[in-house]
Amino acid sequence: MKEFFRRRKTSFTTGGQSEGNPVPDDMWVKCSACRELVYKKELTDNLKVCPKCGHHMRMSAHEWIGLLDAGSFSEMDTNLLPTDPLGFVSLGESYAEKLAKSQQRTGMPDAILSGVGMIGGRHLALAVGDFAFMGASMGSVYGEKLSRAAERAADLGIPLLTINTSGGARQQEGVIALMQMAKVTMALTRLAEVGQPHIALMVDPCYGGVTASYPSVADVIIAEPGANIGFAGKRLIEQIMRQKLPAGFQTAEFMLDHGMIDMVVERNQLPATIGRLIRLYGTRRDPSERRDPVEQMISAITYP
Amino acid sequence: MDETTNPTEAQELTPWDRVQMARHPQRPHTLDYIAALCEDFTEFHGDRRFGDDPAIVGGLAAFAAHTVMVIGHQKGSDTRENMKRNFGMSHPEGYRKAQRLMRQAEKFGIPVICFVDTPAADPKKESEERGQGNAIAESILVMTNLRVPIIAAVIGEGGSGGALALSVADRILMQENAIFSVAPPEATASILWHDSAKAPDAARALKLTAQDLYQLRIIDEVVSEPVGGAHQNPQEAITILGARLRANLDTISQIEIPTLLKQRYQKYRVIGHYREA
Repeated sequence: MKEFFRRRKTSFTTGGQSEGNPVPDDMWVKCSACRELVYKKELTDNLKVCPKCGHHMRMSAHEWIGLLDAGSFSEMDTNLLPTDPLGFVSLGESYAEKLAKSQQRTGMPDAILSGVGMIGGRHLALAVGDFAFMGASMGSVYGEKLSRAAERAADLGIPLLTINTSGGARQQEGVIALMQMAKVTMALTRLAEVGQPHIALMVDPCYGGVTASYPSVADVIIAEPGANIGFAGKRLIEQIMRQKLPAGFQTAEFMLDHGMIDMVVERNQLPATIGRLIRLYGTRRDPSERRDPVEQMISAITYP
Repeated sequence: MDETTNPTEAQELTPWDRVQMARHPQRPHTLDYIAALCEDFTEFHGDRRFGDDPAIVGGLAAFAAHTVMVIGHQKGSDTRENMKRNFGMSHPEGYRKAQRLMRQAEKFGIPVICFVDTPAADPKKESEERGQGNAIAESILVMTNLRVPIIAAVIGEGGSGGALALSVADRILMQENAIFSVAPPEATASILWHDSAKAPDAARALKLTAQDLYQLRIIDEVVSEPVGGAHQNPQEAITILGARLRANLDTISQIEIPTLLKQRYQKYRVIGHYREA
C-alpha cells in the first residue's frame, strides 16, 4: 500500500496540444476568447486562465496535476493500454492509427491519467481526462483506470477527485464503451460504501456518455466558468432537432441555474475549494459509528 | 429488408438488415409484451417532479408466479402514436419515473423486468434544461445496487445511454434481430465520417447485433424470433421471449440478494478490453 504514496517525479509542462494558438516566436499565445496576445509564461503561471479576459483555456491531463500539492502526485495504472476489441472497420483512419497519433501527440497511452496525490496536505485519488486524446472519449482503458481509481480510493479510505472533459463514449469500442458508464458507476458504489466522497470537476467541454454517468451523480459537482456541459451536442439540437438555442445554453452557469451542479469555481480557487471540501468531509464522524445500535435506538424511544 | 425473406436468407442478414428489423413499426413493443404476458397490469404515471413521460411506461403486474415491476421504453406503431410516445425517446422525467418505480420495487421486494426499445435519449433543448445527463446517470446508479433482481430484454433498438438507463441488469436478454449500440449507426457515421448515409457501414463496424454482443459477452442470451422476424408473427415472438423471461426470473429469484449484488458488480466490473504491459 505504501507503494501508492511513493512520490514519483511528474513534470508539469505546458503542452503545445491544448488550446491557445501559438504565434511565431512561441513566447506569446493568442487567447481564443478575446484574441489578445498573452505572454506565455504569465499564462502558465495563471493556470492557463487568460489574464486579459479570464477565459479558462483547456488544459492537458498533465497540466491539471498542477492543482495538487507540488510533488505529491504518483501516477498509477500506467501499464494499461488500449486494444481494438471490435476490429473496428473504419471508412477513414483506422482505430489503431487514431490511437497511435493521439499517443504521439499527448504522450499518454489513452485519454485518462490517474493516481494518488494531495490537496491541502490531504490524500486523494485522482483521475483526469485529456481532451486532446480522441476527445477524451471513454473506452475500456478509461473505464478501467477510473474504476481502479475509485476502488483504490475506497480501499485507502480517501476521497476521489475526477476531472472530466469528454466528447462521450468512444465509438470505436461500441457497446463495450457504452458499458463503461455502468462499470465506473458500479465501482463508485464501493467508495460510497466506505463513506468517502466523489468530487467531480467538469471542465470544457463535457458531453455525452460522460455527462450521462459518474460525474453527474458525484457527491459534489463543480464546474469551471463558461465550460460547455451537456448531454446532446449543440449542433445536434440545432441541426437535427431544429431548435434555436439561447446564448449561454449548456454553460456551467446554465447548469447551475438549472440545479444540475453545485457550484461554478474559477480555476485559481479550485485547490482551496477542493481542499476545504476534503477537510469538511474528512473531519466528520466515521459513518459506521454514526448510527447507534438498533437496541439502543429502540430503548431510547419515549412514549407520552 | 423485404417482406419475402425466407429462412435460408435469414442466415445472411447484414447488420444493417437487423437495424431495419429492429426498427420495424410492426414489431411488438413493450405494451404488447406486457398485455400478452402479464395479468393485472396496473400502469403508474409520473416522476413526482415534473411530469409523465409517455416514452417510458411502467407499473405492477402479475407475471408467471411473480408480482413484477415492468418498465419499458414505448414506441408507437403508427405516426400518431409515435408522436405521442416521442418515438420511444425518453425525457428526463421518463428516466426519473423509472427510478421511482425501481425504488418502489426494492421497497416491496419485487423483481424488475425492463423492456429496452429506444433509438436514443431525447436530445431536445427542454431535456437538456431538465438534466438529461443527470437523469440517465441516476438511473444507472439506481440499477447498480438495487436490492431486487433485474432482467432487461432488448426487444428492438437499444440506443446509447438512453437504452443503458434501463439495461443495467442481472441478466440481459436480446432478441435475435434486436440491436444494441453505443449510438444510432447514423450518429456514429456522422461523428466518425461526417456522413450519416454511411450508417450501414457503421452498423457493421459497431458489432451491434445480438450475435456479436453475445460473443463479446455483453449480453447473456440471444432469444430467437419467428421466421422472418418478430414483426412477421408478433404473438410467437412474445411467447418465445415470455418463456425465456420466466426461466431467467425463476433462476435469479432463487439467488440471495447479497450474492446477486456481488454478481452484478462483477458482471459489469469485468467489461472492457485492454492490454496490461
